[in-house]
Amino acid sequence: MQIYLPIAELPISVVMVLGLSGAVGFVSGLFGVGGGFLLTPLLIFLDIPPAVAVATVAAQVAGSSTTGVLTYWRRRALDLKLGGILVVGGIVGTLLGVLFFNSMRRLGQLELVITLSYVTLFTIIGGLMLYDALRAMLRVRAGKPARLKRRAGTHPWWMGLPLRMRFPDSQLYCSVIPIALLAVVIGFIGAVLGVGGGFILVPALIYFFRIPTAVVVGTSLFQILMTMTGATLLHALTNQSVDIILAVLLLLGGVIGAQFGGRAARNLNVESFRLLLALLILSVGLRFAIELFIPPSEPFSVVITEGSR
Amino acid sequence: MSLLARITAILALLSGGVGAARAETLIAAMSSHQILITSNYTGSQLTVFGVVERDGRTVARGDPYDVVVTARGPQRMLLVREKERLGPIWINRTQRRFPDSSLFLTVASNRPLNEIISSETARRERVGLENAQRSRDAGLDLDVTTARFREGLIRILAVKNLYRARERGVTFLSSTVFSAPIDVPATAPTGSYEIEIVLYAGGVPLARQTTNFEVVKSGMEQNLAAAAHDLPLVYGMVTVLMALLLGWLSSVVFRRD
Repeated sequence: MQIYLPIAELPISVVMVLGLSGAVGFVSGLFGVGGGFLLTPLLIFLDIPPAVAVATVAAQVAGSSTTGVLTYWRRRALDLKLGGILVVGGIVGTLLGVLFFNSMRRLGQLELVITLSYVTLFTIIGGLMLYDALRAMLRVRAGKPARLKRRAGTHPWWMGLPLRMRFPDSQLYCSVIPIALLAVVIGFIGAVLGVGGGFILVPALIYFFRIPTAVVVGTSLFQILMTMTGATLLHALTNQSVDIILAVLLLLGGVIGAQFGGRAARNLNVESFRLLLALLILSVGLRFAIELFIPPSEPFSVVITEGSR
Repeated sequence: MSLLARITAILALLSGGVGAARAETLIAAMSSHQILITSNYTGSQLTVFGVVERDGRTVARGDPYDVVVTARGPQRMLLVREKERLGPIWINRTQRRFPDSSLFLTVASNRPLNEIISSETARRERVGLENAQRSRDAGLDLDVTTARFREGLIRILAVKNLYRARERGVTFLSSTVFSAPIDVPATAPTGSYEIEIVLYAGGVPLARQTTNFEVVKSGMEQNLAAAAHDLPLVYGMVTVLMALLLGWLSSVVFRRD
């Protein structure tokens, strides 16, 4: 069954969109990532104009993260204080990112910047996480504890910077400076790449601040919900590229998928969680790397640069 | 070709082939002048019908009639980029702009174009996928790179079914009545389309006729697109609220604890 999308201006198979968004929603609920970094490239691959894909995915991510936020909120696995700081820092980063985005577009190298960032970010983060997850698994095999236990009173130097705050829900006593900095960086990357940034936030909170995984996922979803709600409104106001019909289809698949994902996360042990997330992020990075390194079968590409949609 | 026909042909050529005295006239009609986009729209098909009208004074011709139908869609500035190797990676380096390029182009004829007219006539008359885009005053593509980019552009749009050359796309129902179906894919843009029908005999244009049609959104599609442009804040808020509502709803529906 096909349905015509009024803003994207093409018909699309309802079953295929529901299937895709359901699968991405599952991943989103499982790992606490928005899923935008998976869904946006998939929609562009289906011939949906990139501007429409980015804007509509923002609406979908807002919806599917609502489900997740409510689920984690009920399980008390959401740190509002930490989330608030992340949102404020994220706004600053988003503004900087939009400025950078526009200057790169003027230089005509936006596409290259995006592909290169996807490759480097995803390959490095995914690679590091994979290495860490495998090492932990090997330790388990050898009968040792999965990771070296945190000794009381020891912490990395950045947590001891000035302006320390207590985050009881995250079992964290840490300086605000590195947290705000992380939020700015994520807002920046999110604006440039059109993603929520959950795939960076989740590992960063786990590895740099050693916050319990369940709280990390809930808090990350909260930050994503806030950012994507703002992004949807901005896209609708500035370039009218939000397709409401596509958004409904993506949401239907996404929210249901996210439910099952959130449920599956409870039955997944920490080590396999990290290994799977690492593999997912790494494979997206490699997919973009292939595009960069393999000779293209069609070297030409066509863009409409003038005239109303 | 008889001597008379040859003289007529030369006369027709000199006069630009349009409405020369004692030549044929072309009458064309379309199955519809409007394609309405609704929620189940997956593309459409129109048919161009035409009659070659001769009166008592029209000369007898030794050659059969040929018809070329060219349908052009809305025009935009198209930017074509080429990926080139830079060290180990492939990036967009060279680019060419093609102003006023049609986003939709179908060239239908009753037999292959090179059997109907010479390549020089085709270029001058802007017939065929390669020539239909050229501006009237531009001659040959002297720039080899531009020609390569133009080929790339045609290839890409042909893959999307937006550009199409149909060598048997015109069917003669009798010696003077013909029809040509025009397929409009769902990805073809909204806007006005122009159809040009040219009658040839012996490689010489005898008569031409233009008509048009438009592709427009209707009903809900039209209302939604209008709302997105006219009431962007409301449209955005409705989208966000719907997203939050659906998210909340699913967490209620699936709640087990």
